[in-house]
Amino acid sequence: MNYRKKEIWKSVDWVTIFLYLVLILYGWITIAGASFDFGDVGLFDLSGRPGSQLLWMGLSLGLIFVILMLERSFFDIFAYWMYGLLILLLIATIFLAPDVKGSRSWLDLGFMRLQPAEFAKFTTALALAKLMSSYAFSLSKTRDFLKALFIIFLPMVCIILEKETGSALVYLSFFLVLFREGMSGYYLLAGICAVIFFVSEMKFAEVVVGITPLGKLLVEIMILVISLFLFQTKIKSRKVLYIIWATVFGTFGIAGIVSCFIPVDFSWVSLGLLAFFVLYIIGLSVQQWVGKYLLIGAFTVISVGYLFSVDYVFNDILEPHQQVRIKVSLGLKDDPTGAGYNVNQSKIAIGSGGLWGKGFLNGTQTKLKYVPEQDTDFIFCTVGEEQGFVGSVLLLLLYGAFIIRLIVLSERQKDVFGRVYGYSVVSIFFFHLFINIGMVTGLTPVIGIPLPFFSYGGSSLWGFTILLFIFLRLDASRKDR
Amino acid sequence: MNISGKVENRDSLRYENRKFIIIGTVVVVIIVFIIRLFVLQIMDSNYKVWADNNAFLGKTIYPSRGIIYDRYGKLLVYNQPAYDVMMIMREVQPFDTLDFCNILHITKEQFDKRIVDIKNRKLNPGYSSYTPQVFMNQLSAEECGVLQEKLYKFPGFYIQHRTVREYTYPNAGLLLGNVGEVNSEDIRKDDYYVMGDYSGRAGIERSYEKYLRGEKGVEILLRDAHGRIKGRYENGQHDVAPVSGKNLTLSIDMELQVYGEQLMANKLGGIVMIEPETGEVLCLVSSPTFDPEMLVGRKRGKNFAKLSKDPLKPLFNRPIMATYPPGSTFKPTQGLIFLQEGVITPETRYTCAHGYTYRGGKPACHGHPSPLNLEGALSTSCNSFFPWGLHDMLDSRKRYPSIQEAFDVWKNYMVSMGYGYKLGLDLPGEKRGYIPNSTIYDKIYNGHWNSSTIISIAIGQGEILATPLQICNLAATIANGGYFVTPHVVKEIEDTPLDTLYTKRRYTMVEPKYYEYIASGMRGAVVGSPFGATCRGANLPDIEVCGKTGTAENPHGKDHSIFMGFAPYKNAKVAIAVFVENAGFGATYAVPIGRLMLEKYLKREIPESDKPLEEMIMNTKILPSMYYLGAAEK
Repeated sequence: MNYRKKEIWKSVDWVTIFLYLVLILYGWITIAGASFDFGDVGLFDLSGRPGSQLLWMGLSLGLIFVILMLERSFFDIFAYWMYGLLILLLIATIFLAPDVKGSRSWLDLGFMRLQPAEFAKFTTALALAKLMSSYAFSLSKTRDFLKALFIIFLPMVCIILEKETGSALVYLSFFLVLFREGMSGYYLLAGICAVIFFVSEMKFAEVVVGITPLGKLLVEIMILVISLFLFQTKIKSRKVLYIIWATVFGTFGIAGIVSCFIPVDFSWVSLGLLAFFVLYIIGLSVQQWVGKYLLIGAFTVISVGYLFSVDYVFNDILEPHQQVRIKVSLGLKDDPTGAGYNVNQSKIAIGSGGLWGKGFLNGTQTKLKYVPEQDTDFIFCTVGEEQGFVGSVLLLLLYGAFIIRLIVLSERQKDVFGRVYGYSVVSIFFFHLFINIGMVTGLTPVIGIPLPFFSYGGSSLWGFTILLFIFLRLDASRKDR
Repeated sequence: MNISGKVENRDSLRYENRKFIIIGTVVVVIIVFIIRLFVLQIMDSNYKVWADNNAFLGKTIYPSRGIIYDRYGKLLVYNQPAYDVMMIMREVQPFDTLDFCNILHITKEQFDKRIVDIKNRKLNPGYSSYTPQVFMNQLSAEECGVLQEKLYKFPGFYIQHRTVREYTYPNAGLLLGNVGEVNSEDIRKDDYYVMGDYSGRAGIERSYEKYLRGEKGVEILLRDAHGRIKGRYENGQHDVAPVSGKNLTLSIDMELQVYGEQLMANKLGGIVMIEPETGEVLCLVSSPTFDPEMLVGRKRGKNFAKLSKDPLKPLFNRPIMATYPPGSTFKPTQGLIFLQEGVITPETRYTCAHGYTYRGGKPACHGHPSPLNLEGALSTSCNSFFPWGLHDMLDSRKRYPSIQEAFDVWKNYMVSMGYGYKLGLDLPGEKRGYIPNSTIYDKIYNGHWNSSTIISIAIGQGEILATPLQICNLAATIANGGYFVTPHVVKEIEDTPLDTLYTKRRYTMVEPKYYEYIASGMRGAVVGSPFGATCRGANLPDIEVCGKTGTAENPHGKDHSIFMGFAPYKNAKVAIAVFVENAGFGATYAVPIGRLMLEKYLKREIPESDKPLEEMIMNTKILPSMYYLGAAEK
């Protein structure tokens, strides 16, 4: 026992620890820059944000020590227990938490405020790892797959009920873990298609060429092309393929000629082709009595159904502020003083940084509070403005190295538990990075989630530290088994 | 455990390749972000501008405008504090408009119109809701005091200190010019200006605007998202201090200018006096004149309209803008051309029998001995001698193969003497006068013309037009013996050398040796000669004055009275031209005015013996009857 505890300092991955330390230090400097104001208290004063962040960082080191001292089996044995506890805490939070800007996710403990959602990430990761490492678990078994989905969706639903949609979306990143562990790639493809179809339809919804709604036509053509390519992988007869492609181009050609004389709605033409394709697939399945084509037909039908429900979902299910955020990020709505203010200002702050930035504490946009939430969700603006392109790229490269290092560590795990947990860590960090940097640079909609190690906040720093170091603890004893 | 381990391994091997997809995704996302940052931070420079617009409030610090002195260092134009009401549209919050209008003595309609005008980017191209815009300018200290007290009630408005021009003398309004708000045309032409700025609108203020205005400074203040000023940017490191405008020293003798205006009171016309050697203009009197103070501050608009409607045209700068037939003052130029061309020698004599004998007595002349030489012809202002000369020059085919060529040679002489084109005075609005060329006459007379057709130009009538400045420049050229320096009113620009145009000598096409005969003839006109004298009124006991009268016929009424001269005869210190509109013979009014002006300049005071003359001139009114009517109505 004693031997092993000394051994941990040799076997723990110092590369990751080094990157972690560099990131939190860079993060602290950025927070100091972001919250600095004229005539402010000193950087190390505990009443100021840089000071308190320094305190969180110190306490994190304590947490790290405790985690590294724990037995590996502790996490395995108590995985479900911790998961259950956090779920209870999340549910309790819905009822106990005060309303802060419309969300009920903060528990007030008197001396500090905690956000249980930040800690539910590692318990969910542990529970998923535990489940997937259980005997004879296989994602190809529907029952097992549903169990995994249950573990992922339960905390997600709780968090949505707390009105923290942003944090809830993070749980979607677990699908990357499932993908690594053998989930069919079609699920990811379906997810990506859903996003692309949605964006295309929304972006071109109001564009009408002739009498053809461009958004619909585009998505339908995409569905048609994807369906045909999927079909192509299943069928061997070249002749059939030629006939199908010829039919598609021929139909559009004829429609094109006809449109010279009478207006033609091309979206109905492509819809007709899709219908024809589905009928053909059904016919083929019945004729040859094989089910392998039916999945493609299902994809086609579901996609079309999805396309036609997008408008409904967007207008009737999404909240107005969510609609606006999506519209702004798609460039459909330019509203620099209203909903687009944050993104517009954050782009100005980042864009004004130039190559070398304005220098530490010299950022005007962040100092003068033009960027809201600048030390939490929009912290990257300070990096962009004060450290410029060089500092921003350095941050991205550090993060890239960090995530890829975690992938390498995950791959070297000898058991499923370690690997699944490792990929959970990878996916969560990656998702945060993707959405956070994406939103501040105006590429993705504004989803309020922090940039790990950079955004101010104890809960978030602790949550990510625990998440990471449990993995490092698992990794340190990978050879024990 | 072992069995499951094997199963796990097999499964993990099966999907191990997926790690590459995951790593690939991470790498692609990071590359996309780097490209995005490259676009935002390196390629698109707009964000820097927007950021600066956000954070920096550039407060303009206006430089003080250059001060203007006369040639003896007398202060003429200086600056006084005034106050502008500024507004930043973005910071304006609802306030009591009525109260605000009452304080500024404006109506609600005027208030609304001003706001609309400020926001109109056509009128105000530099408009931004973030930057201060002039709401109302040039408040006096009292008006401003009331507003200052209540300013806290009107967020978005504040007071900016400016200066207005102040004049020591109520004279020389046209010469000194004035300062007014720039219009959209100025803003478009010169990006130095923004709406609400001032620039010289006339006179010296306008022609020397670039020197007088200085350079604006800017104080860079930091402004937060709520519009609050958070201090100076980097302790004012990037502030730009204003550079004061350059002071000007004029060549004008203000005392002489004032005296000239007094003499010309109630008469129309102008006086120009030039120091021949340097081309420095000593006075530039235009009558009627006005007090430059009238066009300062907010009364400017009203007064400007009043002045421009006045039938006496006080805004018309006669000495440089009015073009008159020069009459007999033109004769010296003719003598010079004939001498240079060898048409005559100083001894050549022409006959005169109460007129130009070649054309049966037209143009007519007065009685004097005949025949007479050039000097005599100048002294008695013979109307026959010069037509004879022109006839010999143009109609003799020995000299030039055609009259056209001969005439264009003549025209070139005139141009070299400063006629027909702008001289290049450093004031706006100078006119070029008129010297015809052969093409014009070919057109008028269908190609069939000779000296007789156009003979009146030989005595400064006909098509010829010249400004008083050009006439005075001729006097200066004769005084110098063959060259002139481009006339100018500014003698010195602080720390800046004068344009070489105003320092180099311009020689005419006539050799200097011929000028001596002209000067001598003009001296004869003053002191008398065997052939007579037309200009005795300018004869001073102690200074040798040379002069030439002119009586220009014109279609607008009585003849214009003209005097041109210089003094002393040798080493002349001053050249002069006096024009009095519709005052009859040159000797009647222009000569006495010239005499008094010469005395004033050369002696600094008028001798007792000339006091009655001075009083008589000052009290004389020569205004056409229609003007009296106009004046009576007021």
